[in-house]
Formats: sequence, C-alpha cells, structure tokens
Amino acid sequence: MSLISNLKPGGKHGVPSNESRDPIGYLVAGLNRLAQTDLLDKVRLRKPTEQAVFSVTRTGFKTMTNASRTFAKAGQKGQPGTRPTAAASSGVFDLTPGEDEQMLVDVVTEFADEVVRPAAFEADKQCAAPEALLKSSLEIGLPILGVPESLGGVSEERSAMAGTLVAEALAKGDMGLAVATLAPGSVATAIGLWGTDAQQQTYLPAFTGDEVPAAALALSEPAVLFDVLSPSTTARKSGDGYVLNGTKSLVARGDHAELFVVGAQLDGKPVLFLVESSTEGLSIEGDPAMGVRAASLTKLVLDDVKVPADAVLGETDGSTYTECVRLSRLAWCALAVGTGQAVLDYVTPYVKEREAFGEPIANRQSVAFMVANIAIELQGMRLLTYRAAARAAAGKDFSREVALARKACTDKGMQIGLDGVQLLGGHGFVKEHPVERWYRDLRAIGIMEGTVLV
Amino acid sequence: MAINLEVPKKHRALVDQAHQVAMNMLRPISRKYDIAEHEYPKELDMLAAMIDGLSESGASEGAGATGVRRDADDGDKKNAVKNGANLASVTSVAEMCWGDTGLLLSMPRQGLGNSAIASVANDEQLERFKGRWASMAITEPSFGSDSAAISTTAVLDGDEYVINGEKIFVTSGERSDCIVVWATLDKSLGRAAIKSFVVEKDTPGVKVERLEEKLGIRASDTAVITFTDARVPKENLLGSPEINVEQGFAGAMATFDNTRPLVAAMAVGCARASLDLTRDLLKEAGIEVDYDRPALLQSAAAAKFLQLEADWEAGRLLTLQAAWMADNRKPNSLEASMAKAKAGRVGSDVTLSCVELCASIGYSEEELLEKWARDSKILDIFEGTQQIQQLIVARRVLGLSSAELK
Repeated sequence: MSLISNLKPGGKHGVPSNESRDPIGYLVAGLNRLAQTDLLDKVRLRKPTEQAVFSVTRTGFKTMTNASRTFAKAGQKGQPGTRPTAAASSGVFDLTPGEDEQMLVDVVTEFADEVVRPAAFEADKQCAAPEALLKSSLEIGLPILGVPESLGGVSEERSAMAGTLVAEALAKGDMGLAVATLAPGSVATAIGLWGTDAQQQTYLPAFTGDEVPAAALALSEPAVLFDVLSPSTTARKSGDGYVLNGTKSLVARGDHAELFVVGAQLDGKPVLFLVESSTEGLSIEGDPAMGVRAASLTKLVLDDVKVPADAVLGETDGSTYTECVRLSRLAWCALAVGTGQAVLDYVTPYVKEREAFGEPIANRQSVAFMVANIAIELQGMRLLTYRAAARAAAGKDFSREVALARKACTDKGMQIGLDGVQLLGGHGFVKEHPVERWYRDLRAIGIMEGTVLV
Repeated sequence: MAINLEVPKKHRALVDQAHQVAMNMLRPISRKYDIAEHEYPKELDMLAAMIDGLSESGASEGAGATGVRRDADDGDKKNAVKNGANLASVTSVAEMCWGDTGLLLSMPRQGLGNSAIASVANDEQLERFKGRWASMAITEPSFGSDSAAISTTAVLDGDEYVINGEKIFVTSGERSDCIVVWATLDKSLGRAAIKSFVVEKDTPGVKVERLEEKLGIRASDTAVITFTDARVPKENLLGSPEINVEQGFAGAMATFDNTRPLVAAMAVGCARASLDLTRDLLKEAGIEVDYDRPALLQSAAAAKFLQLEADWEAGRLLTLQAAWMADNRKPNSLEASMAKAKAGRVGSDVTLSCVELCASIGYSEEELLEKWARDSKILDIFEGTQQIQQLIVARRVLGLSSAELK
C-alpha cells in the first residue's frame, strides 16, 4: 500500500469526507506519521513521555471470554411469568413520596454522598467503577428493586416511581457510577416485567442471590440520527431459534456482563432478546465516551449469534420493545435530575464565596439569575419526570409524558451543565471541580437509549 | 400516599365545567371584545351569577379569585394531603384563560383585589366585603416592580384614613365596586409602613381618570385612578395596622404567594389555547408529533412543537405544585415565583412560536393565534415581572438579602 493511499483524506480523525489534501498537507501528514513511529524512540530522538492510562483507550475487539456462569434452565417455558401489580392511585394530587420510597431514598442518598461522590473522580478517570462500590450497591438492594417479592425481589407493586427516585438520588452522587450500579437491576426489572416463567426462574435467582451478575440492556447502535425504534441489528428465524447480527454501542460494563438484553429487528418489528455472554459470536470493545465513563461503556458485536426460541423477551409485535424504550428514557430523565441537582448544590456556595470586584459574584444579577434559572428549570424537569413515572407505575399510558420529560431533561439538563461550568469560569474547566464531569455526563441525556430502566 | 401529578379526581368535574364555559361562552365573544376595547362585556354578568351559584352550592370546590385563602387548621385531618381551593382555582382559571384571558380578568367579583382580601383579611372583613368586586391598585406612575417606593399616603384622622395619590394599571378599575389600594402610613419607615386598604369606588375623592389602550387583554379595562383626600373607615385596613419594622414587607407580600400561581395559571391556559389550535392546524398540514421517535428524525415543526409542549408542561406542573403547597399550608414563596417565572416566559414563547408555525394564518386576525400572542405578554409582567421572579428565586436559593442581591 502506497504512502499516498494511506494518507487519503476525509472520514477519519473528525475530518469531513469533502476535505482534500494539497501537497503541503501530504507532507505534514507524512511527518505526523513519522512522528508516531517507534523509530524516533529507538534512536532516542524523542523525550520519554508519560505512559497513557491503558484502560481508557480503545483496545480493539475481543471475543467475550468471561462467561463464567451458566444459567441453569428452570421454570415452565411459554408460561407467562409473575407480573408486578400496578401501583394504586388515590386520585389525589400529591408530591410526597410514600413511606417506603422515602426510606429507600434516604438510604441511597447516604450511599451517594458517602460512597459514590468520593469515588466519582477516579472512576471517571479509570472508566471503571471500584469493585467495593459495586459490592456495596448490592448490599443496599439496587439490583432487586424492580423485582417482585414473589420472585425474591423487594417490590410489592410496579416500581417505576421508586426506581426514578433512586436513580435521581444516585445520580446526585455521580451519573456514571449510578449507571454502573443500576445496569444489572435494569435487566432484572425487565425480566420481571416481561419474562416468561421459564425466563424468570432461570435468570432472576442470580440477581436475587449474593453473586449478582453484571448485565446490560443494549439498545443503542453506532448510527448517525439513530432511531432506536428501527434498530439495524437483525434477528432471523433459523431452525428452532434465531440468529442475531449487528453492533450495539454504549453498552454499560459490557466486558463484565454475563447477560445482555439486545434489541433487534425481527420481521420488521423491534424485539428484545436475552443473550448470555457465553453464546458464540459475541465480541466486545471498549468504547469510552465523552461522559458516563465510570459505567465502562463498550461496543458489542453480534456475529451470527444463535439464540434459542425462548430467548425472546416479551412480545414480538414491538410493544414490549417500545415500552422498554420509554422506561429507559424515564430512567435517564431521573439521572439528569439528580445530576442537575448536584450542579445546583455545588454552584450555590461557590458563587457566594467567590469574590470579584470586592464582593461575592452571587451579588450580581447576571450570576444570580443563572442560578435562579437552574433552580427553576431543574424543578420543572423533576416534576415532568415524576409525572411520567407516577403514570408508568399506575399502569397508565405515559408515552407523551415521558417524551416531554426527555425533551426538557435533554435541553435544560445540558443548559444546567453548561451554566455550571460557566459559573465557575476557568475553575469550572479544570478537573479540580466536578462541574466539568457533570457537563460531559449531562450531554448523554437524549442520546442514550437503553442501558438503564425503571 | 403516593406521588401523583394528575389533576385530582374530585376537581375533574369542575375543570370540565370551566372548559365548557370557556368554549361556549368566552370563545364566541373573544374577538368581539378584543376589537371593542373598553366596552363592557355584558355577557359576563350572567356568567358571574352562574359562578356565584356554583360557588354557593359547593360545586366549585371554592375555586375562583377568593380560592387563595389559606384555611385554618383542619384539626384531625391535619395529616391528610389536601387538594383544596388553591388547586381548584389554578386549574379552573387555566381553563377559563384557554377561553379568553381578557374576559377572565373581567369576571365580576373575581378580581385580584378579591384575592388580596381573601389572602390577608380578617374574618370580619371577609364577611363585610363578601360579594363585592375588588380590583387591585399598587403601581404608580413613578414605579412598577419596586413596590416599596409607594408614594400614595394614608393618614389616620379620627376613625378614618385619608388617602392621597395616583394609581395606574388598575385592572377592572372602572368596573369594580371597590379597590384594594396600597399606601404608606409613613414613608420614612420604609416597607413596613405599607398597608393595603379597601376603598369603595363611590368614596368622594376617588376618580377614574382614563382607561389605557393596550397590546392585549383588551376586553379587560385598565384604569388610572386618583385619590384626593379620599376618606375610608379605619376598619378597611387589611391585616394589622401596626408598623412592624422587623417583619418589614412580609405582610403585604404574602398576597403574592397566593396570586402568582393564579397568574401563572393564566399563562398556562392562554398558551394551551395556542398549542391546541396549532396541533390541529399542523395536523391538517400533515404534521403530527410522534412522541416515541427522536424529534430530530421528524420535521422541524414537529420538533419545535415538542419543545413548546415540554416547556409548557413544566410551567403547568410548577403552577400546580405552588397551589398544592398553599392548600397544604406549606410556605411557597419560592415555588410561586418559580411557577410565575416559568409559566410567564413559556406563555410568550408558546404563543409567539405558534403564530410563526402557522405563518400568515397565525398572524392574521382570522384566527385567534395572534390575539393570544398579544394577550400572553402581560402575564410575564403583572404580579411581578420575569426579572422580579428571578430575583426572588435567586435570593431564596442563594440565601441572600435584598441588600446583598439588589
């Protein structure tokens, strides 16, 4: 291959495809390649540079090897599973969480304050959640929050509201770690909601036991203008089962996951499939993103992955899949609210302490009004999210409500992230303060599909 | 209890009723009184009588301008969450403004003065002013938002206060029976000396000087009123006559905690009129919002509509929250201002954007979209401008005094 064709411009390094190189461009590009080779180091022409952190770089695809667990088949195939009942509604307008919900929020808030927030900086840097933190998240029961009591979980009824409050409280600590800790429970909740008796008996004991598997709800795909309702991952009937092909992106903790819920198009309808990580044809690549890095985001490639007929989770007419998308968006709204609150709580004392021109900057309307607008929009986001969650929990249609919540959380959430950095000025841009991380995390809302669910 | 943000079951009949009235009574005369500014909408008398009847029968859940009064303790029902008159008022006011904001503001016996009386009057006064139509007079030619700058004076002379000054922007100032006038007992004592007085319109020395011609809410009369040695019984002072420098302005400002959610509700109702019609017109043009598909894969019009609807819903829920807090005797100054700030700006954005979306049909007087875009503007101004609401929210969130955050 000639040097020239290697240096063909466009399409790489963020360069649009209509760019072209002139002779000087080729010369510079050639020099750049030379500068990247080991040759310079071998002849000691370059000063030693620091080693980059290995784990945060893309590593290339690896075949899944950590399929440590076999899920022993149990239960009755084709029999409908146990379903959580809809939460009772008193018909009274009320913004007070139930007693159980409040207790849960208190516990999670303490966990978020004392464990999650202190670990957030390092976890963002390492693109991984600390093992101890993941362990203690199990102790407070996060994975079984949405699993009905009769299946070994804790929820007496549909838990979308409790899940929303928990996700918000966790994200106040850190969004990336919230996603890392909520991902397995999201898969468990999905199986609780839509699994057959056999699927519930096969998989849920693992989530309600001591060794909870990492698991991931993989709906996103690497496509511009991605439409989650029309995935390009395909499922094809073959013999008794299905064959899956495609690539999923932004899969949380995919390298450790033992169970995936994968979205794929079957006969023109989007459908969810349960895929165990030991299945042949799966490979995974680290896929670090702008934010939510503590969730160890990965790409998952499915290459002729064969799954049995009973791997289908829920309906094949697209209804389960759509419901799943909505509940997932709801969870991301809750995460945005929690992170937005973290921003507000952080900038409030800062602008009161930081002085300019002889007085606290908070005394200036241009600063104070930014804080006021964060507070106003944040509360709007919260109420929109709660309304959608309460409707979901009560078994009502919440498609419009969750769409409105998501729109507000996407736009206003990002504005809060921006303003959080702006209020700290240059200090907001450096990692000494967490606002730059919240800025990166809040960009995820409106992009992320799947991964978490309430 | 559980979190639930739906309009309460027990208020639904009331809301449906208000909607029918708005659709069948207000909409048909909406354009008529927009054009015939200053003409009294006589149709409203019958409507007011009907509303009084509903209110006496208890069917209105205590909704209306006086619905902002905070009930005394319920004793044994103390711990139960209440959906009371404040919530009923904001939901029904929003419905009526879906019909016509100018006409809602012209409803006999439903003035902002009535809300002020309901908020701060003692029981005796409440009884005495029952059934009266009260407008509110705060603003003067020399100030608007800075209520502490009031220069209208009230001087005690025997058993009467003598009131002197000029008030502008008095909504329903010509049509009302009486006016709640804000005046100072002693300018040198600052905010604490500002009190409100109920002044009968036929009091000698009270004169309606002129009516304003306005951008919107033209069905509602906006008066300039002068007070020249107007004498009112000292029992007409609302609240305590004591000048409590410690408490400062708090007494008088308490009214706003109750009336701001109402004005927010007006913006919510007015904006929904625009959204509802625009949704319909867009549908005729082949554009329908799909709530599940990403907005960026739909038309720009659909994406814009989704944004408007999301903002609008946030304003609506903030308004319900503020009223719910008032019903449950929770301090709500912060939430009332949040609701007013959000609903006020959303009201403008929604109504103006809907005109743009509907192009010349939106801009033409053939439809009401252009009218709603004019009506909505005042809702981001009266009962505290957008900037005043932001100031209040900022001071509360940051814990700063008015001396620190000016």
